[in-house]
Formats: sequence, C-alpha cells, structure tokens
Amino acid sequence: MSATVETLEAIERPPVTMGSRLEGELLEVSMGPQHPSTHGVFRMNVALEGEIVRKLKPVFGYLHRNHEKIGENTSYLGSMPYTDRLDYFCSMTNNWAYALSVEKLAGIEVPERAQYLRIILAELTRLQNHASLLGFLLNDMGAWGTPLMYAFREREKILDLFESLSGSRMMCDYMRFGGCRVDADDAWLARARQIVDRFPKFLDEFEELILGNEIVIGRTQNVGKLSADLAISAGITGPMLRACGVNYDVRKVDGYGFYPRFKFRIPLGEHGDTYDRLMMRALEMRESVEILKQALAQIQPGPIVNPKVKIRAFRPPVGEAYGRIEAPKGELGFYLISDGGPNPYRYRVRPPSFINLTVLEDLCLGHTVADVMVILGSVDIVMGEVDR
Amino acid sequence: MIGTGILKGMAVTARNFVGSYFDEERLITVQYPEERNPLPENYRNFPFLLYDGDDPHAGLRCVACKICEKECPPQCIYIVKSDDKKPDYMGKPQFYPKVFDIDISVCMSCQICVEVCPFEAIKMDKDFELSKRERFNHLLQRKEELSKPNEYYHSICPTEAADVDAKLAAAAEAAAKKKAAAAPAPATPPAPSGSSSASASS
Repeated sequence: MSATVETLEAIERPPVTMGSRLEGELLEVSMGPQHPSTHGVFRMNVALEGEIVRKLKPVFGYLHRNHEKIGENTSYLGSMPYTDRLDYFCSMTNNWAYALSVEKLAGIEVPERAQYLRIILAELTRLQNHASLLGFLLNDMGAWGTPLMYAFREREKILDLFESLSGSRMMCDYMRFGGCRVDADDAWLARARQIVDRFPKFLDEFEELILGNEIVIGRTQNVGKLSADLAISAGITGPMLRACGVNYDVRKVDGYGFYPRFKFRIPLGEHGDTYDRLMMRALEMRESVEILKQALAQIQPGPIVNPKVKIRAFRPPVGEAYGRIEAPKGELGFYLISDGGPNPYRYRVRPPSFINLTVLEDLCLGHTVADVMVILGSVDIVMGEVDR
Repeated sequence: MIGTGILKGMAVTARNFVGSYFDEERLITVQYPEERNPLPENYRNFPFLLYDGDDPHAGLRCVACKICEKECPPQCIYIVKSDDKKPDYMGKPQFYPKVFDIDISVCMSCQICVEVCPFEAIKMDKDFELSKRERFNHLLQRKEELSKPNEYYHSICPTEAADVDAKLAAAAEAAAKKKAAAAPAPATPPAPSGSSSASASS
C-alpha cells in the first residue's frame, strides 16, 4: 500500500492575499435611471472613494421624446399641449412662455384680464411647485412621506382650481395666443382668494416643521455650495441663482406681463448652499402670495382673448423671437424662427432645469452619496423638461 | 437648544394628525369608488361626436370636413368621407364620415379638435373610467362608440351645451332668413370642402 496519502500540505493552495486595498482606487456606481430619488429617469455615474464622491457624470436622455422636432412639424397651436408635458408640474408657466414667444413673434396684444389671469395662474403654479419641491427634498433626506403629504394636500387645492378652470389638473393647455381659453367666473376667483388667504397659514406650519429642524439644518447647511461666479458662468437661473446672492429675476428684469404693476420682493441667499436654496423656495412662496393678493384684488372684467387671432391657419410673419419668463425652476425660454408657414422653422426650448443640472458635479464633489440625493433634490429638476 | 426644532416639528405633526379627524381643511381624501368628488363642469377627457335626435346616423353633426383630423397635434383622428350626402341639422345635404376613429391611446385630451370644429360636432367627454381589456381594438374607438346624443352633452356640461344650442339656433334662424330674402337664388352656406382651412365659421 504505497498509495500516497494526500496531506493538506500536499494540496497546492493559492496563497490567500487580501489584494491591494482600494486606496486610491475609485468605485464606480451607476445611480438611476430607475432610482426612486432621482426624480424620474435620471442617471448619474458616480465615482466613489469610500463614501465620498470624487467624480460625477450625469447621463441624460432616457425621456427624450423629440419635443423640439415635433414642434417644428406641428402647427403653432398644436405645440401648446405639448408644452404642458415639458415640466409637468408647471404646465401653466410653460403655456405662458410659449404663448409669450409666439405673441412676440406675431406682435399680438393680450387683453388686460388675460394678463391678470396669467399672472394669477403662474403664481399659483409657483406655489404648488415650490411646496411639492420642499416635500420631495425632505423625502430625499429621509423624512418619508409626512412633509410631502402636507405639501401635496395644499398642492391638490391649487390643482383643483386648475381643473375647474382648464379642465385638467396637470395638462392644462390653458393659454392661447393673445389670451386665455376659458374665462374665470366669480366663484372661481372667490375660491382662489380663499386658497390664497389660507396659504400663509400652511406656510407657517410647514416652515415650523422643516426649517428649524436640526436634522434638516445638519443635512443641508454647507452642503452643495455654489459660488456666484460659477452660477453666472454656467447660466444658472431661478431660485438656485438667487440662493448665491445674485439678484436676477426675469419678472423684474424683463417685466413681462403685468409684473411691473405689482409690488413684490426678490429673496436673495448668501451662501449658495442647499439650505439657502431650500429657504429661497419658502420665501418665494410668501412673495407669490403677495402678488396673488394684489392680482386677485385688481382683476377687472373684460375680454380674455384677442379677437384678431385666428385659431385655424395661424401664420405669423417671417422673423424670429425669443420669449422668456421666470418659471418656478428658472428662466424658461422658447426660441422660434418663422418662415411664414403654418409651423415654426425652428423651435427651441431653453429649459431651466436642464441648464441648472449642468453644475451638479461641481456641487457634489467631496460630499457623500447621501448628500448627492439632497443636492439633486434642491436643484429642482423635472425630467420631462431636462430630456424633452 | 438642540432638539427644539425637532420637537416643534413633532407638534406640527401631532396637530395635523388630530386635525385630520375634525378639520375639513386637513381631511381631504375620499374613498374613491364608493365616494366621488363631483367633476367640475370644465373637466375634459376624450372627445366624442354629437348627434341630434334619436338616430345616431341621421342626426350626426359631423360633416367629415377633416379639419380636426388635420389640426389634431398627435394625429389620433382618422376620417373617411362618405360618397353620398345626407341632410344635416339645418336640412342641407352634407357629407358625413363613413369612418371616424379616435385612437384614445394616442389622444392627449388637448381639446384642439373641439376648438377648431366649425360645426359644434365634436365635444369633450367626462367619462374617465375607461380601462379596456384589449390593447389594440378596444382602444380604437369607432364612430358607433363615439356618437352620443345631445341630451348626454346637456347632462355633462349644462351651461356650455345651452350656449352651443343657442348659437346653433341663431345660426339656423339667420340662414333661414337669408334663404327667405334670396328666395330664387339658393343660399350658399359655408360648405366644407376637403381639408381647406378657409371655410368660414361663425
């Protein structure tokens, strides 16, 4: 029996090594596009060192629907319902921006009552957008549900107003070139006044709930700082720019609509961090309430649409126009070139949340993965608008 | 002091929790299939075709002018014009749609077909419980399913329907007067011709 007995020593075992520790090596993580906190189908390729973000590459385009090309192949009026689907939280302001640029292109006057209705609806849109944004942001920080539920409760009251006026909660398709589609009756205005009067009460409560909360402060202050220089050179607009202390609001700069008739202040931040951006929304809602109170007091009966504008066979003269408004997320612009035909030769959207998203890497570097979600939430994006 | 902010927030949550039992402002959900909120009159969903009287074919207001088909942004309407003519609500012989299909999986409820229709023939419905069993055939609504009587329109949008009826009655009266004034020469009402967008509407 000379069979060799295999001993443990005889079996060649590879030497157990730990390999090099991941020092200096980056771990690449793909976040999204189906991640619940990326606000839609947004994907980030994040290179992590431990938990610290060292690189971040946003990947867009999962919701691309050829919006601009469709706009070039549909009539001017036919693009109006498509603009609802850009930033589906704020269809009223999208409608207004598009109507404004077509009105600029064709030189259409808008009656006074329609201007007031537009301002009322745009500011109501700002209220519901900012309220739900704060809710979502808190959701991203781990306050699951509760603040979002309170925000959506108030938002639903405003959406009910939209529904009873335009027929749809979110896809309003309300504005027309030279005015608005449906007139608001007295009952609607009374209900709007009631909601606006009660809104500060909700704001007091909401601010008490979140703005003094130590966890919120700990998670947001000094997180995702944006310098004013970078913000200006990257073309950031809206509350994100004003959080850096840059006084730029298209409502004041352009004075489109009847905004010069109203007294309101522009809240400005100082540090440009996430807390300032959060605060900016809370303060802007207060100012929107002020505008709404003035507008609802001043609105007079009258025509709501310019009778000279044809619904069918609308052909603006040859030319180009860029109309922009201060949408809740920033400067929303539509650039149109007309060759005299029934559809625009070139139709271009300048979406605020897409351009605000370009600085995401600069905001996130050096922060943890958990902060990336908070920073992304504070940028306030809607993928329908980013990808178009 | 650290923690006061959190405690204040807790107080807000408690207020909301207790309030949701008593305060109408904080109690907003309804138990949907059993309880329903009334729909606002302006609510719109998918389009439908109107007919006067009892017979969906004889009373159909649509004259197959194809303006809605042309103006529809997502191109969800498909119309085939008839070869023969039938009298419309004013008694004039008009074409009628041999085929009128709306693909409600494509329709985006924008109401542009309603706005461009010169004959008040297409209106927005309020029926939103539209789940279907089949993906293709059931989502394509044919003329027969789309045609609904004027009484139905009055039941869903009373104010708007009354306005439309008054407008149509006024137009019919004006046409009758015009006809009486120029008795020998036949009146030339706005006849829809193909997809020409120049046809005048009231």
